[in-house]
Amino acid sequence: MEPHLTADAALTIADRTFGSRLILGTGGAANHAQLAEAIKASGTELVTVALRRVDPGASGSILDVIEQCGVGVLPNTAGCFTAEQAVRTARLAREAFDTDWIKLEVIGDEDTLLPDPVELLDAAETLVRDGFTVLPYTSDDPVLARRLEDAGCAAVMPLAAPIGTGLGVRNPHNLALICEHANVPVICDAGIGTASDAALAMELGCSAVLLATAVTRAADPALMAAAMRDAVSAGRAARLAGRIPKRHLAKASSAFEGMAEL
Amino acid sequence: MKIQLNGQPREGITTVLDAIAAVTEARRGIAAAVNGEVVPRSEWDRPLADGDAVEVLTATQGG
Repeated sequence: MEPHLTADAALTIADRTFGSRLILGTGGAANHAQLAEAIKASGTELVTVALRRVDPGASGSILDVIEQCGVGVLPNTAGCFTAEQAVRTARLAREAFDTDWIKLEVIGDEDTLLPDPVELLDAAETLVRDGFTVLPYTSDDPVLARRLEDAGCAAVMPLAAPIGTGLGVRNPHNLALICEHANVPVICDAGIGTASDAALAMELGCSAVLLATAVTRAADPALMAAAMRDAVSAGRAARLAGRIPKRHLAKASSAFEGMAEL
Repeated sequence: MKIQLNGQPREGITTVLDAIAAVTEARRGIAAAVNGEVVPRSEWDRPLADGDAVEVLTATQGG
């Protein structure tokens, strides 16, 4: 019996529900076959794609891979530095993929790829007005997360650490604060390196985890995808189970009462 | 008439659909912009003007 796991409600974002709490980014995969294996092993129901100029020499479309895996597409605005660029990219993605869902990414500089909070909020407001379901990639700032929620975003997606670093949850306190106050799903996005990072994000109260590099650039992407699936599931269960408080001193788990006098 | 197609100078392309056909056979998962503004699928027969910058985009791997 797994009462807590089976009793867990599905993840609901806007008008859609998901059985899996893992969203997989597709960036970094060596080839489409490897990506397909990772998608299947991860159990995800939603994967991200970027929008780029058509490469006339490209063989096969990533959309075919995604369709073959039977999962949904979440386009992103990766690479955009301004609200204007991101809004235009989102509108193009809506045309291309027939979805009004957008992973909104507006970055501040190329070295850290950290979100530009001013441009991000500006773009989020515009896209919400325009009817998009906006899932913003944001820093781990609780105030910005609240402002994005107030702007009408369907979820907030604070980073664990900068994109592609694999450093894990750098500021667990902030992530926990965001989860505590949010009324929309909190999806930990970026910076996850290995399974324990994903589990920690879920234990802190995140509703889901979005990761790409940790899986696609692992030595065995499908195996890491399976590990992430289990980690997200375990972290969620641990969160629901209610962990014990941390203590300064030891507390015996075996009673001292009835000890023999030896 | 000269246009820019995905950053390259091109001639002999008169509509958005021509521009798309010049770079891909796919129609699904494709979006087009002219001078930075999205062109809805229903308006792909729109004629281009000299100097227009056309972007034809599709899905690629990305986080």
